[in-house]
Amino acid sequence: MPALAAAPAVGLALFYLWPLATLLARVLQPGSLSNALGGPGLGGVLWFTLWQALVSTTLTMVVGFAPAYLLARFRFRGRGALLAIVTVPFMLPTVVVGAAFLALLPTPWHGTARAVIVAHVFFNIAVVVRVVGAMWALVPTDLTAAARTLGASPTQVLRFVVLPLMRPALWAAATVVFLFTFTSFGAAKLLGGSANPTLEVEIARRATQSGDVAGAAVLSLLQLLLLGMVVWWSSRWQRRASLQFGASSAARVPRARHERRFVALASVLTALVMVVPLVVLISRSFRLSGRWSVNAWRTLGSSEVRPGVSLGVDPMASLTLSLKYAAVAAMVSVIIGALAALAIAAARRHGALLDVGMMLPLGTSAVTIGLGMLITFDTAPFDWRASWWLIPLGHALVATPFVIRALLPVLRSIPVDQRAAAATLGASPLRAWLAIDVRRILRPLAAAAGLAAAISLGEFGATTFLTRAGSETMPIAISRLLGRAGEIPRAQGFALATILLVTTACIIGAAAKATQSDGVARARGE
Amino acid sequence: MEWHVLAANEITVTFGDRTVLDQVSLEVARGEVVALLGPSGVGKSTLMRVIAGLLVANEGSVSLDGRDITDWPSHRRNIGMVFQDEQLFPHLTVAQNVGFGLRMRRVGRADAADRVQELLQLVGLEALANLDVTKLSGGEAKRVALARSLAPRPSILLLDEPLTGLDRELHDRLATELAALLRTTGTTALLVTHDLDEATTIADRIERL
Repeated sequence: MPALAAAPAVGLALFYLWPLATLLARVLQPGSLSNALGGPGLGGVLWFTLWQALVSTTLTMVVGFAPAYLLARFRFRGRGALLAIVTVPFMLPTVVVGAAFLALLPTPWHGTARAVIVAHVFFNIAVVVRVVGAMWALVPTDLTAAARTLGASPTQVLRFVVLPLMRPALWAAATVVFLFTFTSFGAAKLLGGSANPTLEVEIARRATQSGDVAGAAVLSLLQLLLLGMVVWWSSRWQRRASLQFGASSAARVPRARHERRFVALASVLTALVMVVPLVVLISRSFRLSGRWSVNAWRTLGSSEVRPGVSLGVDPMASLTLSLKYAAVAAMVSVIIGALAALAIAAARRHGALLDVGMMLPLGTSAVTIGLGMLITFDTAPFDWRASWWLIPLGHALVATPFVIRALLPVLRSIPVDQRAAAATLGASPLRAWLAIDVRRILRPLAAAAGLAAAISLGEFGATTFLTRAGSETMPIAISRLLGRAGEIPRAQGFALATILLVTTACIIGAAAKATQSDGVARARGE
Repeated sequence: MEWHVLAANEITVTFGDRTVLDQVSLEVARGEVVALLGPSGVGKSTLMRVIAGLLVANEGSVSLDGRDITDWPSHRRNIGMVFQDEQLFPHLTVAQNVGFGLRMRRVGRADAADRVQELLQLVGLEALANLDVTKLSGGEAKRVALARSLAPRPSILLLDEPLTGLDRELHDRLATELAALLRTTGTTALLVTHDLDEATTIADRIERL
């Protein structure tokens, strides 16, 4: 079905490959490289980006360990809810997490490396719980029991059995967290301030504030190169270290008193850590001058703080604009993603190229994508910077890989026999395809649309480059409001972040529900 | 009164509202091999796990060599256990598996190596010392599991359906081997099985549950 692949391939070439090529061309212009690499400050930025990522990763692994063990090994009341609570922050827009920690942390912490690291840990605990927990659930309980009957104390069991066996998962989780924290933009920008720029923040600063586009281009390609190296190195490493296990052992109800105590303590602590920042964010939107007040919420509808004094940011307008963009981005990414997934699944072996191609934007930081689009679509006849649809298109580019990943497993799980059976019952190939393939992916498609909308609503990196004064999306508006001095804009920023938080959480919850009941339907053999 | 190595007194275990063991008692004398016989699902393995300290009983007590060990953690009890599906450590070699218990007890390197060698000879697997345990056949894996549990010289060895999953011929041969091995090493043992033939081949005494 080459016809199906045409639209995704053209879209990818036009809005991803071309901007990337432009970026490369800008880097190769004489002087670009030496200016950017030899310029002042780069060493400091690289060093900060690296060490904060390493510290964030280490802390996340340590903090995430207990909840990973808890959720992998024990069944208890509220386990599902706790898993959701742990996972949600990971799906939240980085700007919301940044805002939450601005609300939570005392003022002296604002603009410090500490603040960035704390937010990173909060954000990425879900990765450890999911990746390490999934592996932990596979380590047979009798294997650790065997170690104990051989005289191994609990710490010895951990050191000599559990940790060596989970090494691949630990490395995988650490690599993912490292990649996320190394390329952190939203949280780093809001919390680190100008004193602690990560590489991403520095790229944005050079491109949008100091007009050093060539320098920004060099840095973003440098980052792409570093990321590629990390991924390559870790995938080599993991292949060598992976071990096979038999059937997974089920989580069990805690029995011994120390187990019950651990489950109670760990689940309460985990829930607190995950929920408190978000609760504080919401409550701070109702605080003005040390008193409870709904003023920030009441004034959300206009850009004027007082009559005649304008903020330049209209929070309510940003909400409607974001919703519009999210709808467009979801539609585009679902159409493109569905076409691509169908083409990849239909082509079976030859679909691999399209598959890899469509995944590329996932491995590219949003800042790089935004920068590429900014410098590509600025000359006639492709001067689209003034076109409103460039931003939702950028969002769709970021979201499409997720749509494809959500749909492909479903499509691939459809047995060829079913289509053949439909044909023997007198269905034309088109009817058979419509009745079987298309019907099967409707529900995952709805979930994917929700996911794409959520990604678009929270997208900050690419939007930073493409946004225009007077038409800010919600994340941009939040970042602007929180960057202002004065209590009202700050509280408004928290209020707007609250709206974004609730909207995103609702969409993700609905999407998760859709895929879950779908899974049940499939398990029942429907 | 007879001197018991192991005594389990009126053990009761419930899971939710299901009573798996109801005031079960059991005694094993020094050097004795006792088989616990019964159909699956009557709580044989559960009793074994209570004795090994892997499961907390709702009521009852366990004593070993005359001491009450009911509240002792598993790793302090010096009770060896062979699991139904061996549970060899997949990241370690055959010799490292056998030496695991010695390493946990911080036995010196040379002494540990001697003991591992001795046990591998006993089960006839000296040649496989440095092999990955994932490459072993079913019968070899059972032998390694046995050698591993015997290495730290446990006060009593628990064998939880140790010969399941083998074909008949190998099963019978290993049962005879196991019986001889327990006698030559003078090991006190408790065997859980649902197979009467196996029980009569290996054990001195049969208890039904």
